Amino acid sequence: MSDPSITVVIGGEAGQGLVTVGEFLSKALIRAGYEIVVSQDYMSRIRGGHNLFIIRVSPEQALAPREGIDLLVALDAATIALHRGELTGRGLVVADESYDFAGAPGIKVPFATLCPRPIFENIAALGVLARLLCLEPGWLTDLIEENFARKGGEVVGQNLSVFKAAQAFAEGANPGFACLAPPKIRGKRLMLDGAAAVALGGLAAGVDFCSFYPMTPSTGVALTLIAHAREMGVVVEQAEDEIAAFNMALGASYAGATAMVATAGGGFALMCEGVSLAGMTETPIVAVVGQRPGPATGLPTRTEQGDLNLVLYAGHGEFPRAVFAPGAPEQCFHLTRRAVDQAERHQSPVFVLIDQYLADGYRAVEPFDLRGLPETARPGREGPADYRRYAPDDSGVSPRLIPGFGPYLVCVDSDEHTPDGHITEDGGVRTAMVDKRQRKLRGLTAEALAPDYSGDPEPEVLLVCWGSTLGAASEAAEILRGQGKKAACLHFPQVYPLVPESFAAHFKRAGEVVMVEGNATGQFAELILAKTGIRIAKRILRYDGRPFTAKYILDRLDAGQAGETHAAD
Amino acid sequence: MLPIETYGDYETAWCPGCGNHNILKALKQALAALDLPPHKLALFSGIGQAAKSPHYLNCNFFNGLHGRSLPPAQGAKLANPELAVIVESGDGCSYGEGGNHFLAAVRRNLDITCLVHDNQIYGLTKGQASPTTGQGHATKAQPFGAPSEAFNPVAVAVAMRASFVARGFSGDTEHLSELIMAGVRHKGFALIDILQPCVTFNHVNTFGWYRERCVKLADGYDRTDWRAAMDKAAEFGETIPIGVIYENDRPTFESRLPTVGPGALAERVPDMDRMAEILLSYA
Repeated sequence: MSDPSITVVIGGEAGQGLVTVGEFLSKALIRAGYEIVVSQDYMSRIRGGHNLFIIRVSPEQALAPREGIDLLVALDAATIALHRGELTGRGLVVADESYDFAGAPGIKVPFATLCPRPIFENIAALGVLARLLCLEPGWLTDLIEENFARKGGEVVGQNLSVFKAAQAFAEGANPGFACLAPPKIRGKRLMLDGAAAVALGGLAAGVDFCSFYPMTPSTGVALTLIAHAREMGVVVEQAEDEIAAFNMALGASYAGATAMVATAGGGFALMCEGVSLAGMTETPIVAVVGQRPGPATGLPTRTEQGDLNLVLYAGHGEFPRAVFAPGAPEQCFHLTRRAVDQAERHQSPVFVLIDQYLADGYRAVEPFDLRGLPETARPGREGPADYRRYAPDDSGVSPRLIPGFGPYLVCVDSDEHTPDGHITEDGGVRTAMVDKRQRKLRGLTAEALAPDYSGDPEPEVLLVCWGSTLGAASEAAEILRGQGKKAACLHFPQVYPLVPESFAAHFKRAGEVVMVEGNATGQFAELILAKTGIRIAKRILRYDGRPFTAKYILDRLDAGQAGETHAAD
Repeated sequence: MLPIETYGDYETAWCPGCGNHNILKALKQALAALDLPPHKLALFSGIGQAAKSPHYLNCNFFNGLHGRSLPPAQGAKLANPELAVIVESGDGCSYGEGGNHFLAAVRRNLDITCLVHDNQIYGLTKGQASPTTGQGHATKAQPFGAPSEAFNPVAVAVAMRASFVARGFSGDTEHLSELIMAGVRHKGFALIDILQPCVTFNHVNTFGWYRERCVKLADGYDRTDWRAAMDKAAEFGETIPIGVIYENDRPTFESRLPTVGPGALAERVPDMDRMAEILLSYA
């Protein structure tokens, strides 16, 4: 099976506009009907440094980033020096004619001649790229017109003429780069990264309150909510710190808002006290946690799946929760929506675990059918005067009313409390209340999502993964099948609570079970061991801050490098 | 005016002679005079002896975490601006553990009232220095005398041009009740720092100590004069002025954030047609 995809890498310093070039090209490719997988590789600085916007584009399905560079667009000389060695056999450098290509094949672009001013260089680069990829120029000229329309016809015209000049130049300069095969998809699709998809899923579920403190990689969630705040009637407040953000959201939820917070692992560490308060007061809340490599500040702009344990055990004391782990932007939308519903239905904190790769990675997504979505649960606004917030119930879920709408009173307490919400130290009441809260885990478990299985029913190799590792693991399994091996992939879109009956049989039918996860200690493999007794000894782990690729997985399967983690024993 | 019985009568966990009793009484008087029915009122507190107040008042309440009384109160006010929101906690909770929240709340200026029971000591944890404990005041935890200078919340609030800053004394219930009424009526963040004795753990700042020093502001005092207010706010020694030290009419946070109100977020129905259009803007 030959891979029809092309990897375009746009590299340069922060502030040079490489993200603009990448986003324009990505959107044009999606509109044209291609599949894309974007990964953004950037340093924690505002200017300078070395950043990459990586697009893998394919007329067929593409699920994960891929090693190797087919087109290296270098906006600075350093990009050539750093990435020349990753060029594939057909790989070309596209850069200003003044740069040293160091013998690498490529196209020396006379930007100074093509552009009336340096600000147009990004559009010229797009013109050259469109020509090399054989992308119908209309997809990009439409985007240029849409994006520059508010700056006036003159600016649109200048950009279009630079684009056309660059196209004409590339026509002559192309050393024979093979075109992308024509796309097969027709119809509108959305360009979404995980952060935006999470926010949109929240909005579709009725999220109308978000308090946050900015932190990579989750700032995009709050920014997307803010972008649509007026249209959808959402209150978003940048709090003084994450502690305030979480507690503010709890107060809002208490008063009837559908509340969400978004942060990264480090910010979430500060929220843990509030998570415990949500557990005790049984206040619904959704926390989006974007993982990046720790401990401490770690690699602040890169990716990891190292905060599963933090989220599983966050908050002092014992109380139930649910943890979702979307594998791609489409799941980010649907699972965040589900998280909002689950939080209200089970009056518990519910988590959406994403990571930098997923948060920043654009993909083409089929438009969601909003009419087909069931309504999400909401608290009540009518009740008797003798209402008790924590009235005993077999399910553990007491009817939730919000204050201010009737003669009833809503009394909630972080101390152990009686059914009417008042502080108590009575041992019997304490035990009954712990039992009531813990009973909610039954409901959360009954509604937990089963993992998704794809591939041979009796595989020689079963790759197990969760969250954003879905794409690379699925692609690795597919490549193995292409090589004649029986292979399958099992992805957990929800990592807690676990229902062993929903996946244990898959493990039994597999020759070899391999856990693929982005951390150093195999946190999910350890969770499965603790909850089911099933030991997944073979583990392929990655914790260098970079996303998984199919090749990374396959190389380690072949070399037999997968093995026990140091921490496991 | 509602009958004072509206707000209930509960057995408390407070020591006999504790200033909290009078503060609760003043609060009930103020609420009754303001005609605030219990279900339209939500009390937010942190943890500490003062923070138990909601349990002794018939109303909606959210008794949260130590130091975190203000964030949920503000979240609730944003979610439902029609709810009357009162925050009640102690000096340790409001100025120590919750110091950053205090500063942010002053800056935001949401229309809420913040009552701080200030007894210049940690009571619930049995007598350690609080942020407002005087320098040199010896405690079990600070046996050589509290080495840090005392925090003056009133001066900090005035310096930040908080929109309503008052100091009250639990020994003058009528005066305190008037301050609370003024604070609740004020459109914006109203801080009322209430001096109160801790009869068990503070043997320096006793009822008599406060009574000797607390002096009501003179009738002609101009509470809108910021510079004069700074002087009054800094006064904390032989005399301690009580009353509304400073007030201004700067706009509330709610009036500046267009997506807040009218009405509660709970009453909004998400517009799915609009949502569909938003999704298509990503195509």
